[in-house]
Amino acid sequence: MTLARRIIVCLDTDGERVVKGVEFRGLRDAGDPAELAARYNREGADELVVLDIAASRDHRPTFLQTIERVAAQLALPLTAGGGIRSADDGRAVLRAGADKLTVNTAAVRRPELLTEMAAEFGAQAVVLAIDARSPGGGAGGWEVYVRGGHDPTSLDAVRWAQQGVASGAGEILLTSIDRDGTRSGFDCELTRAVAAAVSVPVIASGGADSPAHFHEVFTVAGADAALAAGIFHEGSCSIPAVKRYLKERGVAVRVEE
Amino acid sequence: MSIAILEYGAGNAASVERAFQRLGAATRRAAAPADLACARAIVLPGVGHFGALARALRDTGLLAALQTALDRQVPYLGICLGMQALYESSLEAPEERGLGVFRGSVVPLPADVKLPHMGWNQLRTVAGSRLLRGLSPESYFYFAHSYAVVAPGGEAAAFCSYGREFAAAVEQGSRFGVQFHPEKSGAAGAQVLRNFLECVG
Repeated sequence: MTLARRIIVCLDTDGERVVKGVEFRGLRDAGDPAELAARYNREGADELVVLDIAASRDHRPTFLQTIERVAAQLALPLTAGGGIRSADDGRAVLRAGADKLTVNTAAVRRPELLTEMAAEFGAQAVVLAIDARSPGGGAGGWEVYVRGGHDPTSLDAVRWAQQGVASGAGEILLTSIDRDGTRSGFDCELTRAVAAAVSVPVIASGGADSPAHFHEVFTVAGADAALAAGIFHEGSCSIPAVKRYLKERGVAVRVEE
Repeated sequence: MSIAILEYGAGNAASVERAFQRLGAATRRAAAPADLACARAIVLPGVGHFGALARALRDTGLLAALQTALDRQVPYLGICLGMQALYESSLEAPEERGLGVFRGSVVPLPADVKLPHMGWNQLRTVAGSRLLRGLSPESYFYFAHSYAVVAPGGEAAAFCSYGREFAAAVEQGSRFGVQFHPEKSGAAGAQVLRNFLECVG
C-alpha cells in the first residue's frame, strides 16, 4: 500500500482554447480543452490542471465556462488557475468545478491570500504555483518570476516555497522556466531542493519529453507528481507508456485494471 | 425519488452529482431542510474544514433534518469530511460536534509524512464490505485530507495506510462513509458509488 506518484496533464489555455508555447512565448492552438480532458480521463491521467495563461479580467467568464466544460468530462481531480487574485476569484473557480486552485503572482504580492484561502477552502485546495529560473543552472539558487514568467521578484524559490506552505499552501506546483518547452528533462536540482524543504507534495513541471524523465524526477528528485502538456497533446509520449515504464521499474503508479 | 446531495457552500456538489448521473441515478441538490424530507438517499460531499461544515449545517437547519433522516434509516453516504461528520467530534474543530452516529474523534495524521495525504492510494478491505464489493486490492482511490479516523469500531469497512493506518471506508446498516473521493477515483470510484446505489435499493 503506497501512495502512487501522479502523472498530471496540464491544459494551458487562452481562456477558451488549449495553447502551447515555448518558454512562455510563441503560442499556438493545441485543441479543445473538453475534448482533451475526455481523452486524458480515458488514458489514465491522475489529475488535470487547466490554466488561463492570458488571465485578463475581460474573459474571466469564458475561463469559468472552460472549467465547467472540462470538469464535466472528468472522474479525476481538477486544478484550475491563472489570474486568481482574491478569495472571491478562488471561490468562483471552485464553484465552476475545480477541486483545487493555483495562485502565483497574487500570492507573491500578498502571501496572506494563501492563509485566507486555506481557512475558507482547506489547505488541500490551495496550490502555490512557483515559476523559477536560475541563470547559473542552480548555482546561487533559483529566482521566483511572476506574471507568466516575465517579472523577476528577487525571491528565492526554496524560501518562498517554505513561506508559502507556512502561510497555508497545501501543495507546490513548481515550474522550471529554464526547462519549460525545451524537452530536456525536468529540473531535478530545483525539484529536489524544494521537495526537501517543504512538508507538502511537490509537482514538478517543465521539460518532460520521455518516460525516463518522469522516472528521474520521481526517484532522483523526490517529486510527488510530475506534470507535462505538449508531449501528451501531440502524442509523442503517452500516459500509458509513461506509467508502464515507471511500473516496470518499481515506481508505484495507478494503473486501472 | 432522488438522491439528495447536500450543498452547504464549501463542498463541491457538482462532481458528485455528475458521478451519480453517469450511473443513471436521479439526483437533486439539497440546500434547505425541506429538500431532505423525501430523499431516497443522502450524500454529504464534504471538503474543507470540520468547523466550517458543522457551523454551516447548524446555521442552515440541515443538521436537524439530517439527524431526523438518519433516525429514519434513510441511506447516507458521507464523502471525505462527510464521513468524518459521522463521528462525535474532530480535533480540527474541538468546539464543534459531529453527527455522533459512530463513536470517537477525528484526529490529525502524523506530521512525519507530507500532508495533506494527497493522491492515489490503495485499500485493505474488511471481508464482507458491501461498499467495496467487487474491487481488487490493486485498485487506487483519490485522497485529499490531513485528518482521519484512526481508531474506528466495528463500522470499519476498509483501511488505508499513510503515516499510520486509518479508516478509508465505514459502513453500518444504512450509514456509509468513505475518506477518499469516489467521484474523483475513475472506474474504481464509480464502482463504489454503484455499490452504494445497490445498498440503497
